[in-house]
Amino acid sequence: MAGLVTMTPPDSALETSSGKGEGALRRWLRAFFTDAGARWGAGLTLAVLALVAVGPLIAPYSSIDFIGTPFEAPSSYAPLGTDIVGRDVLSRVLSGGTAILSLSTVATLLGVMAGGMLGIGAGYFKGMVDDMIMRTLDVLLAFPQTILALLFVSVLGTSFVLIAVLVAAIHAPQVARVIRAAALRVADEDFVEYARCIGASPLRIMLREIAPNVIGPLLVELGLRFTYSIALIAGLSFLGLAQEPPAPNWGLMLNENRIGLLENPWPVVVPVLLIAILTVGVNLLTDAYGRWITHGAPRSAIDTSPSVGEPL
Amino acid sequence: MRLRHVLRSPLARLISRRLAIGLLTIFLVTVLVFVATEVLPGDAARVALGRGANETALAALRARLHLDAPVPIRYARWLADLCTGHLGTSLVNGQPVGSLIAPRVAKSAILLGLTSIIGIPLSIAAGIVASLRRGRRLDRVLSTAALLIAALPEFVVGIGLILVFATVVLRWLPPVSMIPPGASAFSKPKILVLPVATLLLVIFPYVFRMTRVAMIDVLDSEFMEMAALKGLSRWRLVMVHALPNAISPTIQVVALTFAYLAGGTVMVEYLFGYAGLGQGLMQAIEARDIPIIQGIVLLLATVYVLLNVGADVASILVTPRLREGAGLWQAS
Repeated sequence: MAGLVTMTPPDSALETSSGKGEGALRRWLRAFFTDAGARWGAGLTLAVLALVAVGPLIAPYSSIDFIGTPFEAPSSYAPLGTDIVGRDVLSRVLSGGTAILSLSTVATLLGVMAGGMLGIGAGYFKGMVDDMIMRTLDVLLAFPQTILALLFVSVLGTSFVLIAVLVAAIHAPQVARVIRAAALRVADEDFVEYARCIGASPLRIMLREIAPNVIGPLLVELGLRFTYSIALIAGLSFLGLAQEPPAPNWGLMLNENRIGLLENPWPVVVPVLLIAILTVGVNLLTDAYGRWITHGAPRSAIDTSPSVGEPL
Repeated sequence: MRLRHVLRSPLARLISRRLAIGLLTIFLVTVLVFVATEVLPGDAARVALGRGANETALAALRARLHLDAPVPIRYARWLADLCTGHLGTSLVNGQPVGSLIAPRVAKSAILLGLTSIIGIPLSIAAGIVASLRRGRRLDRVLSTAALLIAALPEFVVGIGLILVFATVVLRWLPPVSMIPPGASAFSKPKILVLPVATLLLVIFPYVFRMTRVAMIDVLDSEFMEMAALKGLSRWRLVMVHALPNAISPTIQVVALTFAYLAGGTVMVEYLFGYAGLGQGLMQAIEARDIPIIQGIVLLLATVYVLLNVGADVASILVTPRLREGAGLWQAS
């Protein structure tokens, strides 16, 4: 994590190779995607995201209509066959990622924002505030979070709000720990001292001075937490605790159709592959970004770009 | 006098603080379990009996569960029962929770025991080998595999294994791990293969990566260079000089792996229909059998917290540097 806030001098090769008219973002992307892991991660993630976004629009049938007998093999009218009660597998696959993906996104953003604020607060105020926040987090981190999430969801019933809040609450302490460490290093910098001297409010300093300088670790956490959210929420769906049948949901589909594996494996094979591709893709992307910021990335390529001010 | 000296040392203070945090956490877990199962659902009797229950049955169950007393008193009573070992009786068949859970504990322990006996030495060995051949092909293959597997949820790994080894591709192994009632888990050893393999794959990346990174740190240090310059054999270099210095983070990740397994088995046991604690929890959830849910969640949670504390204490004891540090709960 060393070097997160160091301003590395612009990579000269990068600086000269790119034309003047080229946007800073594009140059950054070009440099970032020289990493094979980043390319694979982005490709896999975008493929699944595109499928989830477009899927419901191009599904040939409604996801809850019966179109044939149970566990039919693939045919001309049902390219992936039918599921346990004779619904079209392709249509259910196409609409089955929406709930998992949107829930994971909301839970991750909530958790990373809450954890980021706590971490920055602890790192900025130090002393008593830091002690109080960190001691509370010590206890929270020692909680068997998955088991308790399972308990609450099973007792209180399946509600999107409940699941999002629970998963966010699992993320927040872990994010806070990482961000606090990064914020502690920034809090002593001269520009923070300067902001304090000219009378900026603590909130303003935290948001405008510290937050932009811990954005690297924050993005890494976002990626890690997103992978974990998908795993946890797909897992809850698999256990039948996130959505009730007949909702189309990749996790639920696995559970419903695994008894028919020998007749028509596709309603299990395709959702499990999609979940795997999504989690692996996000993980590869996060890993590549983590490597990028720790190995002194030419971040300042953005800052010193001649095209700053131009629309990206 | 020596004992008093030991107890006053900063090390003992640090360890006792960890233990205190552990105890506090277990206490808070009991509060949460109580709130989740007894307070939030409103009328626990109605939840247990369902909507169509008649009033006499409801009243009887309310009396049995002491639902008429105020919440703090109910909690105190409930906690006192717990501490004296009275976990209550199943709402489904009236049997004591303890005797219903005990055989499941044994079965889960078999699964976890096999996983750790096979998996942890294997992952540590893989980590050592990868660190010694850093950047070479074997290291790249193992590290990439660890990166990919680490991203996969446990049920995805399990279903993948079922697809390949038990149904669609090959049919070498049973896809479900049912044990006939009363039989031992070893009566049909084949059923253990896939659940154990799933858990093995799930824990491999963490232990492997931690060992690899810790070993690389040590191998790069100056004293290793010194030892190499003295002409020590490679085996002696690795086993006597490098490994003991790399073992502390590994011990911690191993303990955290156990802690993870306490929760991670739920999904795997449910997937394979293996009659351990995790599957018992899912069955109790489906049947709304609250005393069983409470018993299993509390047991798993306590094991988890204790292992977490154990991981901390172990690494405090092993690493001199950490004796001065404060927080070291590992983020997963």
